[in-house]
Amino acid sequence: MEHFKNPRNVGEIKDADGVGTVGNPVCGDMMTIYIKVKDDKIDDIKFKTYGCGAAIATSSMTTEMAKGKTLEEAEKITRQSVADALDGLPPVKMHCSNLASDALHEAIKDYKKKEEEKK
Amino acid sequence: MDHGSGSPVDPRVLEEMLPYHTDHYGNPSSFHSEGFTALRAINRAREQVAALINADPTEITFTASATEATNLALIGAANRYKNKGNRIVSSAVEHISTVNILKDLTRGGWEYQQAPVDPSGAVLLDKLDELTTDKTVLVSVMAANGEIGTIEPIKEAAAIAHRKGAYFHTDATAALGKIPLDVKATDIDLMTLSSNDIYGPKGVGALYAKKGLRLRPVIIGGGQEQGLRSGTENTPGIVGFGKAAEIAREEMPQEAKRLTELRDRLIKGLTKGIPEAYLNGHATNRLPNNANVRFSYIEGEALILSLDDVGVQANTGSACAAKTLEPSACLLATGLKPEDAHGSLVFTLGKANNKDQIDYVVEKLPAIVKRLRAMSSITPEELK
Repeated sequence: MEHFKNPRNVGEIKDADGVGTVGNPVCGDMMTIYIKVKDDKIDDIKFKTYGCGAAIATSSMTTEMAKGKTLEEAEKITRQSVADALDGLPPVKMHCSNLASDALHEAIKDYKKKEEEKK
Repeated sequence: MDHGSGSPVDPRVLEEMLPYHTDHYGNPSSFHSEGFTALRAINRAREQVAALINADPTEITFTASATEATNLALIGAANRYKNKGNRIVSSAVEHISTVNILKDLTRGGWEYQQAPVDPSGAVLLDKLDELTTDKTVLVSVMAANGEIGTIEPIKEAAAIAHRKGAYFHTDATAALGKIPLDVKATDIDLMTLSSNDIYGPKGVGALYAKKGLRLRPVIIGGGQEQGLRSGTENTPGIVGFGKAAEIAREEMPQEAKRLTELRDRLIKGLTKGIPEAYLNGHATNRLPNNANVRFSYIEGEALILSLDDVGVQANTGSACAAKTLEPSACLLATGLKPEDAHGSLVFTLGKANNKDQIDYVVEKLPAIVKRLRAMSSITPEELK
């Protein structure tokens, strides 16, 4: 509940190094995660989420867990580790928390792709 | 403001019930004075419930829930009259309990179809007429929708059913005690009634079945309730339902007027005070206690949690539907897109609500909506 009431890292990063969007409004959950990368570490991270309480809480927790981590460490964040950090989620909500870590992985993938293109 | 999901028992009802837990605990089937006392109490309750819908007391069967009453009506009539045809038609906005009973009947060879509704949620009578054929045994259209508040044209729907030789059932759970119901004037064959929605105890319902109509019982046993519903009667619950019906009959006119004013104040306050907030259902042809408002770009559950945090209980879709993550089937039937249906809030007002509480919601909700929209990934720039 704390991460729903006072979510951390809400917002956008205009000049983000990587952006990941997953879900769609039809099923009621859609989130975007923005990352800034410095020295292979997540220097800044923000999110925007349309969805239920659990979707907002998992987005917040995912960004907190990823902040300051190396990309390799951030890639290891899973829906289970996010749910565990929130002291568990009802089974029916596991789908929402899946999205937050997916969006993070998409953002990292996006960053790597852009880096590749720069070379 | 979620009376539709659960209502308090009226203290006058509770007082009436208590002696039947402790003093008059006899079995109504017993042939001694204690049994007769219980039997008399049940029969008085039958008269009280019948009076609320202008039925004859012999047409009322008590059950343990509205859901059970609907099971008895639909399965009971389908089993009894299966020689007459194999089709059942309902509206597209029936309660999940009705829909699931009818879907279950299709496993036994019944064909089930739903007649579409207009954007306010009222069943389209010409479509209902088209779908009802001489093979149709049952037509079921609720008296009013508990989620979007729309009052359905049951008199006209019943006439269509009867013209095709079908029986007409209506689920009056949300309508009972809120709007006048008259089974004779509207020519209803079967009507589902619920106790808790009129401030009676939970765990009691009733089925009205028109005299002459035969049903195959669903619960078989010792033959209580004229053989239609076996199992020892829940005397205190039935007594409470009766008292609640009596109070509802006396107080409905002024309470409906009071609730209508509160409802309209809430709807106006929210749709005028918040950008891109829209009323679901009909503006005037709706239950006095129901306000259903949708807010674009945000999701209903996040709204409920935020409202709960400031001490207001509301609902999104129907409470039973919250067990799934699906958008409300009823709102989709009115033509809303899934992403619009997700952001709906349902307020069902009741005796416990007053003008100050309405004003409190109207004051608190704009900031909640704004905060969630600012967080949302689909809010357009100009609304942030």
